[in-house]
Amino acid sequence: MRLISFANDYVRYVLRGSTKFYAWMGFLSVLIVGMMYVFYLQNTEGLIVTGMTSQIHDGLYFANLVFLVGVAAGAVTIVFPAYVYHHDGMHKVTVLGEMLAITAVIMVMMFVFAHMGRPDRLWHMIPPWGIYSFSAMLGWDVLVLNGYLFLNIACGFYYLWAKYTGTKVNNRIFMPLVYISIVWALSIHTVTAFLISTMPSRPMWFHSMMPIRFITTAFAAGPALIILIFLIIRKNTKFWIEDSAINLLSTIVSWCLGLAIFLTMSEIVVELYARTEHANGLYYLMFGLHGLTSLVPWFWSSMALMLTSFVLFLIPSVRTNYKRLPILCVMAFTGIWIEKGMGLIVPGFVPTPIGEVTEYYPTFVEWLMTAGIWAFGFFILTILLKGAIGILQGEISYGSSQAASAE
Amino acid sequence: MSTDNTPPDSTDRMPASADPAQAAQKSSRRDFLKAGGMLSLSSLMGTAALMAQTDEAKATVEWAEHFQKNYRLMTDDEKNEARIRLERRHSAEYGKKVTVDTSAAQPGVLMGYALNIRKCIGCRRCVKACVEENNQSRGTRPGERIEWIQVLRMERGEFSQEKMNQGYPEGLGIQVGGNAYTPAGQVLEGQYHYTPEAVPEKDATYMPIACMQCEKPPCVKVCPVRTTYREADGPVVIDYNWCIGCRMCMSACPYWARRMNVAKPVLPKDEMNPVTHYLGNRPRMRGVVEKCHWCLQRTRQGRYPACVEVCPVGARKFGNLLDPESEVSLILARKNVFRLKAELNTFPKFFYFYD
Repeated sequence: MRLISFANDYVRYVLRGSTKFYAWMGFLSVLIVGMMYVFYLQNTEGLIVTGMTSQIHDGLYFANLVFLVGVAAGAVTIVFPAYVYHHDGMHKVTVLGEMLAITAVIMVMMFVFAHMGRPDRLWHMIPPWGIYSFSAMLGWDVLVLNGYLFLNIACGFYYLWAKYTGTKVNNRIFMPLVYISIVWALSIHTVTAFLISTMPSRPMWFHSMMPIRFITTAFAAGPALIILIFLIIRKNTKFWIEDSAINLLSTIVSWCLGLAIFLTMSEIVVELYARTEHANGLYYLMFGLHGLTSLVPWFWSSMALMLTSFVLFLIPSVRTNYKRLPILCVMAFTGIWIEKGMGLIVPGFVPTPIGEVTEYYPTFVEWLMTAGIWAFGFFILTILLKGAIGILQGEISYGSSQAASAE
Repeated sequence: MSTDNTPPDSTDRMPASADPAQAAQKSSRRDFLKAGGMLSLSSLMGTAALMAQTDEAKATVEWAEHFQKNYRLMTDDEKNEARIRLERRHSAEYGKKVTVDTSAAQPGVLMGYALNIRKCIGCRRCVKACVEENNQSRGTRPGERIEWIQVLRMERGEFSQEKMNQGYPEGLGIQVGGNAYTPAGQVLEGQYHYTPEAVPEKDATYMPIACMQCEKPPCVKVCPVRTTYREADGPVVIDYNWCIGCRMCMSACPYWARRMNVAKPVLPKDEMNPVTHYLGNRPRMRGVVEKCHWCLQRTRQGRYPACVEVCPVGARKFGNLLDPESEVSLILARKNVFRLKAELNTFPKFFYFYD
């Protein structure tokens, strides 16, 4: 009974909004419709409408998939300080981090659907109808991602439920779930790194640095996005997010961004000092190979963005200035999106194992699909955050709805 | 390719007739219900379509196909149902009698392949024969033409005396304390798109590659749905109906042996080879991965793969590795043999040798 009124109140609260809210959701819906059209196109015409070939067969979709797993894992930068260091500012907003994680995982799954040649057959992976392969990293990735989705839905909505009904959170159930989700966050990105780093056929990816590099970039890009969202929430809602929470997040971004840059530099030194054939992928990314240079601007712009934002993050007066902080966050976020996306996935295929050098140009279909999935992500994120803030603010609660219905 | 190519013994070995007309008769209501047992809806639609015998039949067959199991988990009955479904669909689609062989690996057989790199003249008849035999897509848009064999043309002059004194190609780093000559410019490792006046060319050597049918195939390990696997007699095969098109296997293959069907394969009716094997050259669908399977439709019936048969210089040898008197076994015993990328421990059953 209370569950029905919870759902009822939640939906009613979320649907009510200002013109700005409807305009935003309308804009996102247009992109979502575009995405649905290109998804239809891909599954009638085939992947030929994308820029992917038998030479370079993972492109923009896989790049976004890998990146968004990082964003999902990045939510742990809120949960960890909140529950392990008992950071009060963070504790207040943990649920928002969990909502972001839920969104990111859903986006990852949509990119999986976009990436597949036969999304209609994805049930082949799910027992008892399909086969689950314990030897395949992709199988493990699907498992940990779904587990993470479940954990975040459980933790996030249980907390909101408790707030809504005014009951106390049962820590004997809640805390173990929180601790599991912290470790689980690391696992999702580690397994995603293993997905590409366990293949000697692709020397560009075949190194044990991949998981830690994934985690450092995730803990830079994730909090950078969270800071942006927090600043937007502070500006547009009555919900106040403590300065201490934002400052801690920007410290985390600085550290992890520094580590990520350090790891990239190490890779460059190791690969280019000996300059074996196995460094061809990295060389292609940095300077081009056989006159093919389409990724070179991507790489250098990403390096410039990451380095500049890192230096600026180190300056306390810039970092704590909330007018300038969003710019830094956008720079760091974009830099990592490029480095970990196009800059990591595509050069893994150049040259091919037999030495063929080809280029990959994402088509309009791919860009529209990507934009549409991001739009869908922001769509559900808006809903989830709005609902969560409503409950945290006490604007939706069990008693108030009873009173409302009685009127 | 005509249907006469069907080896005479194939009908003996197959549990049911390969004639789709007969197959359609045999596939009674009860059989069909059993085939679609997973989903009663599909079965009912199938029955209706069988009785109606309209165009909907094709759609219904595809519908039932959609819910079939992974090939390896099918019982013999289910395999037979799947075979009949495919034969009906393909016969209707290509306007000729298409047979789909489901014969399994024979005990005591382990297929092996040996290629004499000294003999290869780079004519690429094998590439052409392979495409014709195995029903690959032959469209014109990028990615629509699929070839499983690549003959890499290697510049013979790479190690010539003039070049030895020109340094190393550009972009390969700086060598301090060693040679400091003007770089010679990057040399492609091998080119498989080449159009010579005549073969063999004076200044080239050739290195044909295709799927190496590894003993420890990385592609099989990464498949999340286990649709690609190693058959008991050696070849690594794909159940095209179970493949989800995730392309992990393509990333994992160190020999670039796998291809993606980015669109519905372009296969003209008159060029379609109607003698097919379920795990081999039956027509593929959009969005799945395919690769060389050593012509299972031929080799399981005691014939040579198409590339071996067509090779004009006898560079390609094929046989049973478990038979010490087979040509391949004798080559392994007597010639200078190597495997490609042996350091990756994939243990190919495709060997290179030279006299």
